[in-house]
This record gives sequence, C-alpha cells and structure tokens, in this order.
Amino acid sequence: MNIIVPIKQVPDLVEELQVDASGKDLDREWLKYKVSEFDDHALEEALLLKEQHGGSVTAIALDGEDIDKALFAASAKGADRVIKVTGDFKGASNHTAAKALANVIKGMPYDLVLTGVQSVEDRDGQIAVLLAHYLGTPHISVVTGVEVAGGKVTVHKEYGGGVVAEFEASLPMVLGIQAARETPRYVPVSRVRQAMRDANLEEVAGDGSGVSAGSSISRMFKPETGGGAEMLSGSAQEIAGKLAAIIKSKM
Amino acid sequence: MSNSIFVIAEHLKGKIEDVTYEMLGKARELGGEVVAVLLGSGAKGLAGNFNADKVLYVDSPALADFNPEAYGKVIASLVKSHGPKMVLVGYTSQGVDIAAGLSVDCDMPLLAYANAISAGSVTSQLYGGKMNVESKLEGERFIAAVIPGAFPAEPGKGSGAPVEDVAAPDLSGLKVLFKRLIEPAGGDVDITQASVLVSVGRGIQSADNLPIVQALADKLGGALSSSRPIVDAKWLPKTRQVGKSGLKVKPKVYIAVGISGAPEHIEGMKGADCIIAINTDPKAPIFSYAHYGVTADLFDVVPALVEKL
Ligand SMILES: Cc1cc2nc3c(=O)[nH]c(=O)nc-3n(C[C@H](O)[C@H](O)[C@H](O)COP(=O)(O)OP(=O)(O)OC[C@H]3O[C@@H](n4cnc5c(N)ncnc54)[C@H](O)[C@@H]3O)c2cc1C
Repeated sequence: MNIIVPIKQVPDLVEELQVDASGKDLDREWLKYKVSEFDDHALEEALLLKEQHGGSVTAIALDGEDIDKALFAASAKGADRVIKVTGDFKGASNHTAAKALANVIKGMPYDLVLTGVQSVEDRDGQIAVLLAHYLGTPHISVVTGVEVAGGKVTVHKEYGGGVVAEFEASLPMVLGIQAARETPRYVPVSRVRQAMRDANLEEVAGDGSGVSAGSSISRMFKPETGGGAEMLSGSAQEIAGKLAAIIKSKM
Repeated sequence: MSNSIFVIAEHLKGKIEDVTYEMLGKARELGGEVVAVLLGSGAKGLAGNFNADKVLYVDSPALADFNPEAYGKVIASLVKSHGPKMVLVGYTSQGVDIAAGLSVDCDMPLLAYANAISAGSVTSQLYGGKMNVESKLEGERFIAAVIPGAFPAEPGKGSGAPVEDVAAPDLSGLKVLFKRLIEPAGGDVDITQASVLVSVGRGIQSADNLPIVQALADKLGGALSSSRPIVDAKWLPKTRQVGKSGLKVKPKVYIAVGISGAPEHIEGMKGADCIIAINTDPKAPIFSYAHYGVTADLFDVVPALVEKL
C-alpha cells in the first residue's frame, strides 16, 4: 500500500495576524508557521494504515516557508520518503498548487493520497478535491475513517450532527482527512533534528502553470471583533461577579 | 453564458438543509434567473417550497444518497449544458466534495468560505475567521462555496417553481458506492435540550482540567459541550460537540471557554440567546459573536465564577 500525503505550512493562528502595506496579504515578516492541522491528521492516518497493511508513506510539499522542517518532522514521525517540490510557489493559488502536486504525483505509484480536508488559507477551494480532479481519480472529503481490505477502501465521511456516511470505493483515490482515528503523534525536537541529519530530503522541480484561480485578492481586512460584545474588565473576582449577575439574569 | 444562477440544493435524510434556502435567498437578491438544482431518487417533492424560477431535477437510484462521484458528474454536466453565470454551493460536507471538482471540470473560478457575494466579487472568511479576504473575479462566471448561516434562510422559501426533469447521464461503473448512514451513538446528555451550556475548547489544555469547567456547568444546572478538537482528542464524546460537524444548539446561555470561534464552531451556536466568551486572546473571533466578552485566563475566571454563583 503506497500512500502519498501532501502537506503544507500555514500561519499559526495563535499569533496576531496583521494586514501588510499592500492591503492584500498578511504581513508575513514575523509570522510563525506550522503544518496545517488537518494535514497532520492525514499523515497520522497514513502512518496508521501503513502500520496495519505495510507499504510506504511519502510526504510531499511545495517549497515554501519552513517546509524543510515540516518534511523532516514527517520523516521523524515515520514517513518513508519526503519530497520537496521546488519552484516559485509564493502566493500560488490552490489551483496552481494542486496542479503542481498532481504533475509530480501522477508519475508515482500510489493507492491513496491523503491530505487535510481544508486549511485556513483555501481561498480558491480545497486541495484534496482539486488534486483528485487534476489526477482524474475519485475523491471523498471530510473523512473520519479509512479501512482497507481486498483492494477496496471503506470510507467514513462526516455530516452535521455526527451522522456519518459510509462509502466503498476502489483504489486509487484521494481522501480529504478531517480526523485521524488517533490523535496525531508527537515527535520531540531531538528526533526532528536527527531526521535533518539522516533523512534524505528529495527535491523534484515542479510546475503548476496552465491553471489559475481566475480571481485575485483585492482587499484583506479584519472582521470587526467585539463589535457586539460588551467586554467586561477588572480582576478575576470582579469579572466573576459581573458574569454571575449577567448569567443569573439570562437563565 | 446564460443569466442564471444555479443553487445546488442539499438534502440529508429527506430534509432540505437550511443552507439551500440561504443560497436561494441570496441568489434572488443578486438578480437573474434563479435555478435550483436538485438530485435524488423520488425526491422531487423536496423542491416544493423553494423560492426559485425553475428547478432542474435529476432522478436516479444512484443519486438517492449523496455520492461525491455521482453528484459531481451530474452537476458538472448540468453546468456545462446550461452555462450559468454563477453557481452557489454550500460550504458543507457535501459541498466540499462538489465545488472544487466543478471548478476544474467546468473551468470556472471558485471562491471558498464565502460570506459575502456580489456581481464581481466574493468575500471569503479565512484564517479561522480572523481575516476577511475580498477577491475580484477576472471574468463574470464563478462558483462560490457559501458558509452556512452567512445569509438568512427565510427569503429562500417560497411556493416552489416549475420543475424540469433532466435525464441523468450514464452513472454505471461508479468507483465510489454509497453504503449506509450511521447515526451517532445516543445515551448521552442531549446538549440541544440544555438551556445553559458551558462549552470548552482547546484553551483547557488537558483532559485533566475538564473538572474545572464541569464544575461551572454543574453549578448552573447546565451541560458541558465542546469544540471539535476536544472530541477528536477523545476527552468528551461526539454527542457534546457543537458546530458544523457537531450539533446546532440554541441555549439561553452559552459560555464559550477557551474557544477561538472558528467559522465551523460558530455555525453551531450563533443562535444562542446570550453568548459569553472567555478567552485570553483579545482578537479571538468568538468575540464578534459574543454578547459579553472577557479577555482573561479561564483558569482564573472560571473557578472564581463558580464561587460567586
Ligand atoms: C469540515 C470541518 C468541520 C468542522 N466542524 C467543527 C465543529 O463541528 N465544531 C468545532 O468546534 N470545530 C469544527 N471544526 C474545527 C474548526 O475548524 C476549529 O479547528 C475548531 O473549532 C477550533 O477549536 P478551539 O476553538 O477549541 O481551538 P483553537 O482554535 O485552538 O482555540 C483555542 C482558544 O483558546 C484560547 N485560550 C488558550 N489558553 C487559554 C486560557 N488559559 N484561557 C482562556 N482562553 C485560552 C486561545 O486564545 C484560543 O482562542 C471543523 C473543521 C472542519 C474542517
């Protein structure tokens, strides 16, 4: 079973986000990046499937902010191969990114491509389904369960209210992973450092030209926060007193 | 290109999802011919209260339940043959499997997470609700994946519209087959019935800290609910999850503790009568939806509150 896991780095939302001077992008100078959380789930599910069925897991990413670190972390977690797709992907749309990934992936043997259901930056659509259509393989997204047996895959797709639809599909296919069956594993920094010394980060030149998002960003702005909220201040005790009064009046 | 706006109707378990009405209402406002697209098996009646000019209905046993492959094929063929100027799809579990494929197959731009739409531009809610991004379209045609709850549902309801039956394209040899729907396990507290919910998010840091918020719920005679990561980590059962893929709740009082307010969470709770948010980050999107906000450490405020009550 060969599983390919496209991952990407996204701004860590714990940081305060600011709009840059152009008014069309984040001020990225001081941003901290981290692997998109749903990609982390996709990698975990891929590693669990490999532990069950054997085969290999390949993590792949387009060149970008801190991407080597993300790929070495994937290697430390158990990915057999880590591939960086080189090229200028700064500010690339998801259409372009998916096309570039598809161009590399179509030359590789694979049974499953698992990637995150969404990321916080999917302005022009989610990678999993774009990628599937560029590869010409079927897809299911918002996936919370994957089981493989006899060349077929049983997939759980989640709807609202915790209702789950079960599908059966033939391989190969692309899945947009919402949640792995286990919490994504953690690797200590020392193991990532070791991977940086020992793992072979493969580089492949990539190209996503020929497709476009068909739109461009004209303005980025913060939604009004606290617009309607009455903010309570004071010491913890004072706040608690005010809250208690409010809650009692609303119950 | 025609002047029509396609609205992809969504249904689950024989019921039209609200996002369908929300999109129909929005389409009306945008102007042009509003065409609802409904797929199913013996499901024509579901269009009875659409506010639309026309309903395109495709019937096939293969469309009885949502199937990413079958629905994708049928909708792409309708978009290709009718050439609508706009297609509105819900940013929902079903919609995620439709929108991007349609964009590639029909070569139409797609804007995701849409919360505002006008003729040449769409606003997307990005970065977990922390930024709005307005996009300008290069051409006139586009697809928008619309966040549920972004527009009111009422304007999308009406007295139905003439239904045009469209023959399904060949759906033999599908590689993806729908098997069954699995209902969540019952037997737990029903958070949709609670009049007070204390809802906990990742700010709680560890399962060991849950008693701190449980104490508040107990004191208020309410129930403990949560954001999705708490459920994914298996600290609370799925039945406690509020949001897009969890439950929609409308309690009298909703206290969000250490929850950032991602759009997927907001979808499930914005209808609560009184929303109180406790969060260390003054920029947390949850404060846009709260009636009362506290920028403070939950580990200080929650125990103090329990004492005051
Ligand atoms: C298809 C799909 C469906 C989804 N469905 C749902 C859903 O149904 N429900 C849902 O909730 N999510 C859902 N999500 C996930 C959603 O995108 C967010 O990831 C999630 O809501 C974030 O949960 P959170 O607010 O608890 O965590 P975070 O976003 O990590 O926020 C934690 C917050 O805690 C605050 N905090 C930290 N420490 C403290 C402290 N000591 N005191 C006070 N505050 C503190 C931080 O400032 C931060 O704002 C879905 C995602 C997808 C892709």
